Amino acid sequence: MQTDIVNLPVLTKEDFVSDQMVKWCPGCGDHAILSAFQKILPEVGVKKENIVVVSGIGCSSRFPYYVKTYGFHGIHGRAAALASGIKITNPELMVWMITGDGDSLAIGGNHFIHVLRRNLDINIMLFNNKIYGLTKGQYSPTTPAGYKTKSSPQGTIEHPFNVGELVIGAQGTFFARVVDTNPKMMSEVMLEASKHKGTSLIEIMQNCVIFNDKIHADFASRETRDDFQLHLVHGEPMIFGKNKDKGIILKGSRLEMVTIGENEITEKDILVHDKHQRESGIHVLIANMKPPNFPRAMGVIRSINDFTYESQMENIIREEKENSKIKTVDDLLNSGKTWEI
Amino acid sequence: MTVKEQKVVELENVVVRFAGDSGDGMQLTGALFSDSAAIAGNDFATFPDYPAEIRAPQGTVSGVSGFQIHFGHRQIYTSGDLADVLVAMNPAPLKKNLMWVKEGGTIIVDTDTFTDKALEKAGYESNPLEDDSLKDYQVIKAPISAMTKTSVEDLGLDIKMILKSRNMFALGIMFFLFNRKFSAADEFFESKFKANPLVVESNKRILRAGYSFAESIEALNRITYSVEPAALEKGTYRNITGNMATAWGFLAASERSGRQLFLGSYPITPASEILQELSKHKSLGSKVLQAEDEIAGIVSTIGASFAGALAITSTSGPGLSLKSEAIGLAVMTELPIVIVDVQRAGPSTGMPTKSEQSDLLQALFGRNGEAPCIVIAASSSANCFYYAYEAAKLAIEHMTPVILLTDGYLANGSEVFKIPKVGDLPEIKPPIAKANDETYFPYKRDPEKLNRQWAVPGTEGLRHRIGGLEKEDIYGNVSHDPENHQIMSELRAEKVQRVVNYIKPQEIIGPQKGELLIVSWGGTFGVMMEAVQEMQKQGKSVSLAHFHHISPLPKNTEEIFKNFDKIIVPELNLGQFVLYLRMQFRQFKFEQYNKIQGLPFMVKELVDKFNQLLEEK
Repeated sequence: MQTDIVNLPVLTKEDFVSDQMVKWCPGCGDHAILSAFQKILPEVGVKKENIVVVSGIGCSSRFPYYVKTYGFHGIHGRAAALASGIKITNPELMVWMITGDGDSLAIGGNHFIHVLRRNLDINIMLFNNKIYGLTKGQYSPTTPAGYKTKSSPQGTIEHPFNVGELVIGAQGTFFARVVDTNPKMMSEVMLEASKHKGTSLIEIMQNCVIFNDKIHADFASRETRDDFQLHLVHGEPMIFGKNKDKGIILKGSRLEMVTIGENEITEKDILVHDKHQRESGIHVLIANMKPPNFPRAMGVIRSINDFTYESQMENIIREEKENSKIKTVDDLLNSGKTWEI
Repeated sequence: MTVKEQKVVELENVVVRFAGDSGDGMQLTGALFSDSAAIAGNDFATFPDYPAEIRAPQGTVSGVSGFQIHFGHRQIYTSGDLADVLVAMNPAPLKKNLMWVKEGGTIIVDTDTFTDKALEKAGYESNPLEDDSLKDYQVIKAPISAMTKTSVEDLGLDIKMILKSRNMFALGIMFFLFNRKFSAADEFFESKFKANPLVVESNKRILRAGYSFAESIEALNRITYSVEPAALEKGTYRNITGNMATAWGFLAASERSGRQLFLGSYPITPASEILQELSKHKSLGSKVLQAEDEIAGIVSTIGASFAGALAITSTSGPGLSLKSEAIGLAVMTELPIVIVDVQRAGPSTGMPTKSEQSDLLQALFGRNGEAPCIVIAASSSANCFYYAYEAAKLAIEHMTPVILLTDGYLANGSEVFKIPKVGDLPEIKPPIAKANDETYFPYKRDPEKLNRQWAVPGTEGLRHRIGGLEKEDIYGNVSHDPENHQIMSELRAEKVQRVVNYIKPQEIIGPQKGELLIVSWGGTFGVMMEAVQEMQKQGKSVSLAHFHHISPLPKNTEEIFKNFDKIIVPELNLGQFVLYLRMQFRQFKFEQYNKIQGLPFMVKELVDKFNQLLEEK
């Protein structure tokens, strides 16, 4: 895909802004995500006509209309299937899929787990605001248990998904988490996802100002973000906090949040992040961390190399074309048992 | 072989049914008998009758596997109604299939298998070979198991192994009765058991032992039969099933249109062979995604179409239901896809292995909103090839989804197929938008066909967005404008309607004017044809208009209907095509005749019905 890096014309963000008016609510987190995305497109190393943005249904799924690339706004839950058909047909295309917690984890749950399992080289941005916005405020598969919404006036009685755990459980090879208030990290992670060969899943903690404002405040607000966000860096110890004195250690089979300097904890005791580690156990533990006992892990949690569906398919086709006696449909029609009259 | 006085009777056409337990190799026996018919130059059609369960209990009626072949000197249109000859390897197959044997027909049984235990398992209270329940048939009682063993006892093979070849003894008897040659079967043994010459020898011997046995017992009073070659056109022929023909038709369309083939499909009876067949032919560049469900099957297909592929999804009725919403997306985005519905008996899971024509209204109308599709139907196993090809051509050239209806009978049945040259098939011209065309707009239309252009991702200068929301005329932006919605709804309908200018006019078989017109569609063509021919032989005024193009109907449909006193629409449903015709042509009176038993029409019941209608004043 990146074979056309050389000789690419120099593009800017403006080359990827469509002529359509952006119709998200003022203050919606989607605006920042769109901007971060348009900013990285000139840097992904792919011709602008080779980029395709697809989506399902929901507020997030209006995204393709605002990006000046080839775009396809699909139907509810089915973006992963749409993206799969596009990528399999033409592996040269860089395919981005925009989806939400309702679109991919409820109605599109089946396609979501299978696109990850197949490891097609598709970049998925899942906007998680833990609510149905476009249908005006019903709970979603990520809404915390007990939470009151329009369709759960007494509080939800369902267990929410943890997106990272689900992604890794579905054999996902790339999982990252970012928050819509951190455009710099969003762009960095999007760029890294674009380079990953295989399905990349970015969970974007997105704020719905109308129906679920401040849902991510426990780690994303001005007051909490320093002490409750762990910015992961591959090969670096998991240290965070306003004073850079907090860290994560592995104790037995569990993680623990510690303060460096207390209880004889030194920097050497702190877990070092290895996003390339194939065994998924630690990655799941990191993805599941949340306040008040833990920070939220931000950045790339898992990134491992494995074969992709479309490259395997291209290989099989190449081999079959070389080895099969059937080169044309006429050969096929005349193969096997035939007789003359 | 000793020469005895044999009388050879020439027959126009014969129906043979092989029936045994699922492990008795009846499909293979049938296939080898079909090969011998091919070598003899006969026309033929076959149909396998598998048990619904994969491994139903041995020896019971539910575990019976059958294979029927209808072959002839004349042209053959169906796999036949009732059998002239039944080969029953055990009591259960006899019990299950006796109702499908003509009165006076021949039944060949392996007497060794009629033990008390087997009779009980099959549900017989007394042995049919000993009571008089088979008195209306000619029964050839052959100790097949014992003689199979004896014929190869010196080869030192395992007894179980030998008994597996019992079916070849039965085939040998059939070869004698129909004066068939051993060559095709011998070739099969030699290639199949290449590694084991002893098994080749064993099978050859058993086949010949069956032949000699029939000869020596002077089976059927020294009468054997011959079915002379059919008057088929010169050419190269092969045997083909409907599902295989469907898959190959798409491969041909892919090659001819220069568009890579993509199939997104979820396994479902009786359509799975299309998925399997296309998976085999990656050397032709076909890409197949076995999707996680029916919805992913069609939505990946729409994605593939957006990316420029000839994109197909295959399914059966329940799957078509699941695909409804996505078909609407293809209608709205005006992308070419073909949805193949191999119909089966419904509703719900229904009778998956039984055939029916009951998805027609779903194909025509089963979507939210005004969502017109082109609907066409194949009418024989072999012509699935041509209708798959046409479905692809219409989808691509008119930029709209096409639903191709076949059914379980066409799909699993096989027929003699004259092999065409791909270069002789009609050209397919994809309306691909040119790079950097400044006059390109996503919903700008061809003035004749009203199709939009296909602007494939990767093409410079054509970046655009489409989706399921209503589109602004010409420009394709999202639009909620009331007048625009009317315009676009009408354009989508008109685009499909204008396909009439690109399809063949409806043909009539028989007189163009007359007393009775039979109007049928899809998989019932063969039996309608046989019924009409039989009535014409009786000197009756009857014609057949068998429809392949359902939406839109051919231009001359109304003209045809005008020329007949009576019109009858026989269908394997409760009256779906007739309802559609009544909607469009209120001036005519359409009689209907419906059967919904998971069984095909029989020639006799149709002839009786048509005669009854002719007699009514």
